[in-house]
Amino acid sequence: MAVHSSNGTHDLEVRVSQLLKARSDVEPRQLIEAVEAIMATAQGDLSSANLKLYAEIESLAHYIQNARAEIASLRPDEITDEHLPAAGEELEAIVGATEQATNSIMEAVEAIEAVAAELPPEQAERITNAVTSVYEACGFQDITGQRISKVVNALRHIESKVQALLIAFGGEALPKPSRKAGSKRADGKDRPDEHLMNGPQNATEAISQDDIDALLASFD
Amino acid sequence: MAGVDMNMSILIVDDYKTMLRIIRNLLKQLGFDNVDEATDGSAALQRLRDKPYQLVISDWNMEPMSGLQLLKEVRADARLKDLPFIMITAESKSENVIAARQAGVTNYIVKPFNAATLKTKLSAVIGNF
Repeated sequence: MAVHSSNGTHDLEVRVSQLLKARSDVEPRQLIEAVEAIMATAQGDLSSANLKLYAEIESLAHYIQNARAEIASLRPDEITDEHLPAAGEELEAIVGATEQATNSIMEAVEAIEAVAAELPPEQAERITNAVTSVYEACGFQDITGQRISKVVNALRHIESKVQALLIAFGGEALPKPSRKAGSKRADGKDRPDEHLMNGPQNATEAISQDDIDALLASFD
Repeated sequence: MAGVDMNMSILIVDDYKTMLRIIRNLLKQLGFDNVDEATDGSAALQRLRDKPYQLVISDWNMEPMSGLQLLKEVRADARLKDLPFIMITAESKSENVIAARQAGVTNYIVKPFNAATLKTKLSAVIGNF
């Protein structure tokens, strides 16, 4: 900055000399002092502000550079290309496997139920009750499937955020995830009741069937 | 038994085939054999417009058309507006129940449910059987 200031003063002296040639009624020394005083004040203020700003920008640049290096070392392309899709596929495989197993169980139980119809009433009733319990228990597949779908949707969200981060740090946009959610809500963001579809809820959030019955009754 | 037609036609709607099978089997155990299936709201609406049904039992979370949207379509349709509609869903928050009730749901069953609950709710909607 001192170099700039010295050069500026020299330039000023040259310009003032030229001006004096044109107008001889001005005292050169006074004019130079006045202008130098103004410049010194202005330069002092600007230098201080500029230095602070420069330091902040420099610090920010270092921060961004470090962040970029750290993100690059995390291999975000692997996260979006391999890890997240693999996790999604594994979860979908779980849904498929449980569905297949549940259907096998249901088929076997339906066969048992058919045999029960040929038995004496008392035995038939006992078997039917047991079969009913199995049917009820098979509902787990629906519930776990929905829970897994929520996880798959969360993975997709993370994937899109990682991509956004990559783009923000100067990377290229990766192809959009093509994975389907386990089964529910693959592309349902535009549904009017999307905000109401968050189930199955955790025990702390859910209300019981009795609570639901009471709530419904309150409308009557 | 009085007043309840055990041969009434029932449409069950769920995108999980396992759940359709469970509900169908439980209804069969209760004596209801005339049951059709649909795997989302829009398919169900088409069925409802093609054939007369006496009861709909529907899941909520389906796509492209959800159970709530189906319910609203049913209530907005002059021919279907009085159709009994039971929601069977894993959505178990008060706001869901209120939204369904405001849309005109007849009854609401939260998953996981048992056969006894299904029978109780059916009785409440169509009468004791």
